[in-house]
Amino acid sequence: MSANNASDLPTVSDRLAKNAMRNVSERLIEALLFGAAAVSVLTTIGIMYVLISESIHFFANVSIVDFLTDTQWTPLFDDAHFGIMVLVSGTLVSSAVALLLAVPMGTIIAIYLSEFANGKVREVAKPILELLGGIPTIVFGYFALLMVTPLLQKIFPELPGFSLLSAGLVMGIMIVPYIASLSEDAMRSVPMSLREGAYAMGSTKLYTAIHVVVPAAFSGLAASYILAISRAVGETMILAVAAGMQPNLTWNPMEPAATITSYIVQVALGDLPHGSIGYQTIFAAGLTLILITLIFNILGQWLRRKFRENY
Amino acid sequence: MQPLTTDEIRALIAKGKLKDAIFKGLGIFCLAAALLVIVLLVTDMVSKGSERFTVDFFLNFASRHANKAGILSAWVGSLLVMLVTGLAAVPLGVAAGVYLEEYAKRNWITEIIEINITNLAAVPSIVYGLLALGIFVYQFGFGQSILSAGLTLALLILPIIIVSTREAIRAIPAMIREGSMAVGATRWQTCRYHIIPYAMPGILTGVIIGLARAIGETAPIITIGALTFIAFLPPAPFTGEPAAGLFDWVMAPFTVMPIQIFNWTSRPDPAFEVNAAAAGFVLMAMVLTMNGVAIWLRYKMRKNIKW
Repeated sequence: MSANNASDLPTVSDRLAKNAMRNVSERLIEALLFGAAAVSVLTTIGIMYVLISESIHFFANVSIVDFLTDTQWTPLFDDAHFGIMVLVSGTLVSSAVALLLAVPMGTIIAIYLSEFANGKVREVAKPILELLGGIPTIVFGYFALLMVTPLLQKIFPELPGFSLLSAGLVMGIMIVPYIASLSEDAMRSVPMSLREGAYAMGSTKLYTAIHVVVPAAFSGLAASYILAISRAVGETMILAVAAGMQPNLTWNPMEPAATITSYIVQVALGDLPHGSIGYQTIFAAGLTLILITLIFNILGQWLRRKFRENY
Repeated sequence: MQPLTTDEIRALIAKGKLKDAIFKGLGIFCLAAALLVIVLLVTDMVSKGSERFTVDFFLNFASRHANKAGILSAWVGSLLVMLVTGLAAVPLGVAAGVYLEEYAKRNWITEIIEINITNLAAVPSIVYGLLALGIFVYQFGFGQSILSAGLTLALLILPIIIVSTREAIRAIPAMIREGSMAVGATRWQTCRYHIIPYAMPGILTGVIIGLARAIGETAPIITIGALTFIAFLPPAPFTGEPAAGLFDWVMAPFTVMPIQIFNWTSRPDPAFEVNAAAAGFVLMAMVLTMNGVAIWLRYKMRKNIKW
């Protein structure tokens, strides 16, 4: 190879030719690696493109006011109504149930692991939490429908076979590991000197944890809660299996209801022709889902900035 | 303020200690509850599904009759989809991680890529399904195939692989790079012969965790329209009449384990619950084994590597 190059470039030595080749291949490799990194940006662009372009078709047929204010969601009926609030209510109620369980439980586990537990307990507990977080959501769906719902029916005999409550509770269990591990990381990165100061003043461990460590780590805790909200709002299979898929405008967790995500699953399971209005609804629903997650993320970032503490 | 007597101070300390102990108990209780969920889930699936743990269950196709239905097309489908996912996501993710750690200049383009990767990790998985439905299935015309599903899941786990690659590379001290470049290696040679091999255990951990996540994903695959009832296998290369090509299977319709479980769980006939339990246990075993290997690998790594 070098001989060929040398004959092309008679004035430079073999070695310089080899260097030139090396520079070319280095540049090429850098371009390839950059291309790989750019795939993630392309993914985002692709997501926005697909959701927005299909939603534009959808909103050509349905007015945005109807979409936001109608109290019925019957896109596949002859008398079609497109009130997204019906699906949003299911999503918000199930997420609220999940967070009411996951936030306290996850935070308590995080405080315990970071402030109370010794190294051995931590070494056992963290893998257990990781395994819990790794369980496929469809298995959690099975758990919600066939184990948690019958259990809850013993406490609330009037609970129907599908309910936002049991799906939400199981979703909460699924989210606990995320909150626990992110919050624990945040609390462990609080400098030891702060704790030592509190102990020196006579604080107990719990008092130090609640009044010194948690406020100092608050921005990290907020980040973990925001991620938890994103997970809950976007969770699909637990709801599709255990919450029923009937659209139902309700704020009562004891009822069955469809969510944005379970509606998408329901439509995808059927056989809707590409380009029909029913096909377009799932993209409008997807866009709503992304916007809800976005709002919570912006809120979270604002919270973090407001409570950020520097040492 | 009245000075406290010794007894009052003792009472105060005792109260503080009691609160500490109560909270400690609460913490242990919450952890135990998490463990209990795993144990309950596994024991329930094993006890309910035990009658299906036969060779036939793994070698039979889905069927109308619960006791004859098996998971052959599901586990073969899962395996093939994972193959496509791995082949797409591992090179892309590692290359992106290497670029961001070793090549990228600190400018706005790099910043956009980094912010973007963080945000993608929080995008609900079903949205990837919608992306795939619009782009892979219809725009690219891949249809409802193993290829579409594999690429969708590859995009989904890309952030996981990129982040773990970057963390593994960041742990390699600068002297390794300096030493390599001092003897005349180019940047790529440094990456190829030093950075990537030394980061391998960390990268592998990320890959396993990513694939474990992908194999359990249901929503995006349902969204692209995978069928729930498949009673045949994708064509094996060079078999059948006329003989299938080497890569014909990537375009074949398919089903995967989570979809099979979903299908069985949502049937009213309780006989299928047994199948769902058994298949759920198989899926759990696959996922937990993969996660277990990743955790063990990380543990080993932390103990062994001392720069």
